[in-house]
Amino acid sequence: MAVTLQPSIKPRVAVHKFSSCDGCQLAFLNLGEDLLALAERVELVHFAEAGPLDPDTDVDVAFVEGSVSTPEDQTRIQHIRQHSRLLIAIGACATSGGIQALRNGSNRAEWVAQIYSHPEAIDSLERSTPIANHVKVDFELWGCPVSGPQILAVVNALLLGVAPHDNADKVCTECKRRNLTCVMVSHGVACMGPVTRAGCGALCPGLGRDCYGCYGPAENANTDALAAQFSHLGLTPRAIARRFQSINSQAPVFLAAADKVRARDD
Amino acid sequence: MTSGFEHAGFLSVEHLNSLLAGLRANAYQCLGPSVVNGAIVMRELHTADALPRGLQAAQTAGQYRLTPDPENRYFAWANGPQAIKPQAFVPQESLWRAERDESGVLQFVAVHPEPARQAIIGVRACDLAALALQDAHFLPDTRRDAHYARRREQLFLVAVQCAVPAATCFCASTGDGPTPTVGYDLMLVELADGFVVVPGSDKGEAVFRMLELPAVTPQQIEAARQQGLEAAAAQTRSLPSPDLREALMKQLEHPRWDEVATRCLACGNCTAVCPTCFCHAETDTPVLDGRSSEHVRIWDSCFGESHGHLHGFNVRPDIRSRYRQWLTHKLATWHDQFGRSGCVGCGRCIAWCPAGIDLTEEVAALTAGEAQP
Repeated sequence: MAVTLQPSIKPRVAVHKFSSCDGCQLAFLNLGEDLLALAERVELVHFAEAGPLDPDTDVDVAFVEGSVSTPEDQTRIQHIRQHSRLLIAIGACATSGGIQALRNGSNRAEWVAQIYSHPEAIDSLERSTPIANHVKVDFELWGCPVSGPQILAVVNALLLGVAPHDNADKVCTECKRRNLTCVMVSHGVACMGPVTRAGCGALCPGLGRDCYGCYGPAENANTDALAAQFSHLGLTPRAIARRFQSINSQAPVFLAAADKVRARDD
Repeated sequence: MTSGFEHAGFLSVEHLNSLLAGLRANAYQCLGPSVVNGAIVMRELHTADALPRGLQAAQTAGQYRLTPDPENRYFAWANGPQAIKPQAFVPQESLWRAERDESGVLQFVAVHPEPARQAIIGVRACDLAALALQDAHFLPDTRRDAHYARRREQLFLVAVQCAVPAATCFCASTGDGPTPTVGYDLMLVELADGFVVVPGSDKGEAVFRMLELPAVTPQQIEAARQQGLEAAAAQTRSLPSPDLREALMKQLEHPRWDEVATRCLACGNCTAVCPTCFCHAETDTPVLDGRSSEHVRIWDSCFGESHGHLHGFNVRPDIRSRYRQWLTHKLATWHDQFGRSGCVGCGRCIAWCPAGIDLTEEVAALTAGEAQP
């Protein structure tokens, strides 16, 4: 089924939160005047951070922020899917498991015992996983957090009755369109831009620093070639693996890249 | 070559500001070299004192570093990541707008850019050769691109002879440098105590006359010519021939394409910094109120997924096919399209490749035993 709505309807929209920091919901709230325009064109039925509370009603579009990280998350995502015509996962947590998925490769119980004074109060799953591991997801918006323009582009497309555009190009394309100087070439820093999805507008290179991959893997991400160049720049295998094991550590392409570097190091 | 030297004048170093004053008197805003984030880029220039004097640009495959110039010259840096291209073929611009009027009917509104008159100071022979190719693409008699044309006609180009080529430069082998021969309004040759100034157009002549320079001496002309010859001889990279059409088109199944695909990031940086690459995509950005939409042209790259996307399938799904498309278009099929190669030997694709892929090395491997220097 195509990811589209009838352009004539005023869609009922919900914004749900799972295990996350709320930063992607802020991409809505930070829209400023556009948020007012959005409120005119859609019916916001559930968006706890903005006010409306009705998590159980049927909606045309459900935006889901956060990963599935607790037993309660597991049941709630099924319920939301059953009550939503379109489900759109937004942000790194919802698309790859997020920063909290760093625990996936470790002993969860050990970490909980080390970190919390009352480990018995923590009810979390062994692994933090993306929404698409649990229910059908109609569209994914990557990013940590997603940006306002990304959200607007998706909403606009749906309101016009067309499928949202999935921009899987590299961060480099946005970097060069901004006439920014490549920090990897001019400063020798290990920039993740050449394997990372566009969408941020090359935020970090625009501030003279290296991309750290928070938008997840781009299409045709040649992680082997980038790992080789990071090595050439003087990074140790451990440091290279860490470049891939950050916000989107469980995105399959980044996970495989890190595993490969670590395997060579052993 | 360099026939304009006979009519040249000499501008002493201490009078460099008079050039900027002359350009401003002709209503040009000046863009000139500036150091931003470790590289030479073109930015608004108010005074010659702001020029980054005494710098060279040390470049190798995948690396660019500014280093001191022992002779403290103004233009000893070979080039930066961009020069003219983003001024004429801008990375992102609105072409037209669709608006819904009061009765709900769509209206299409042309967007006409109103660029400032801009003088770009410090462009190189390779940049001018590249601009001629951009002109051939955007301004053919049958299909003039109005947006490009409008920006292009506002440009005043102050070229500089390259005295210190970077290790990535190979314009001598493509026949495009290091001394500018055509396409400039004014050309400068930097000597120890000042600049040989050569007018190259009516616009350039007007500014040249305002400067009221003393004529160059035969010794200065000789020094300028000699400096150009030495800069050409100092280049360490080359292409085996200006015409590699046959040599490359014979090698479409060469194993080297697979090998280079293991190193290529398909990031598209080479195409963005290439001064002749002209590919673009057009996208629509609707305004949320549903009443208008901008139709925007953005730089695109043959290394991106959507560039090869046709209805129902992708003609270039992998990095091998994308790299091959780029190199064979640039160096081979460009001849069919524009009557020459699309490479002007600036070396930017070598320096600014984050993976350090060297076009001249790839060509050498692909044509080994084919084309002779």
